[in-house]
Amino acid sequence: MLAMFFWAFVIGGSICVIGQLLFDVAKLTPGHTLSLLVVAGAVLAGFGLYDPLVSFAGAGATIPITSFGNSLVNGALQDARNHGLIGVLTGMFQVTSSGVSAAIIFGFIGALLFKPKG
Amino acid sequence: MASKQKNVTPEQQKYQQLQQKHEKQRPVLKNCIRAFFVGGLICVIGQAISYFYIYFFNFTEQNVGNPTVATMVFLSMILTGFGVYDRLGQFAGAGSAVPVTGFGNAVISAAIEHRTEGFVLGVGGNMFKLAGSVLLFGVFAAFVVALIRTLLSMWGVL
Repeated sequence: MLAMFFWAFVIGGSICVIGQLLFDVAKLTPGHTLSLLVVAGAVLAGFGLYDPLVSFAGAGATIPITSFGNSLVNGALQDARNHGLIGVLTGMFQVTSSGVSAAIIFGFIGALLFKPKG
Repeated sequence: MASKQKNVTPEQQKYQQLQQKHEKQRPVLKNCIRAFFVGGLICVIGQAISYFYIYFFNFTEQNVGNPTVATMVFLSMILTGFGVYDRLGQFAGAGSAVPVTGFGNAVISAAIEHRTEGFVLGVGGNMFKLAGSVLLFGVFAAFVVALIRTLLSMWGVL
């Protein structure tokens, strides 16, 4: 269990360093960087490389935004296995529904509770 | 970039060189160390939440990411609302932007920022102003990847 915390720290930190290098060295905006990381996660999932990382590093792989791309692909492939080609559309958000719905719900609650500063 | 370099007069070119000389060098190594530690720490918190869901709510290691992400987004709402997350972002750079809490922060701060314009056109219309690109390219890339894999397995290649 302690090893899991260690690898979550190391792998999660490393993915953030890749993001920081894209900020500083490649001079990309945060929007470009995050989009690139999501696409990278989806491509890694396509080759079946992201799930081994999740079972190895746990939250170190599921918390960075790359896992969003991975979950989208996994959901789409799961449904495609059962229902054929249309499953790519119907299954897309199956695995990652909570992230998007949580962002919308808590975003609205936040806007109700807090006032903008400055 | 290419379009910027075209049509510059010699004076402009000289100015650009001058500007480049005086531009502050970014402390890349320091930024990376900060991003590593803050990003790693956020993932450790995520791991702790994952274990909480595994032991008390019967999730498995494969599907525990889903509730964990929702909880992290909730925490990110609290921290964003009190203005803590933005200060963290100035310190940590990508360390706070790359984890899913950064995605939550982008949605929630846009929602709070635009509430003065009303809830329908302000909050509703601008909520995904920053995070929309992540959704668009994530969904489109996932669509292409999943389509290719499905077609390949239908044709018996995979």
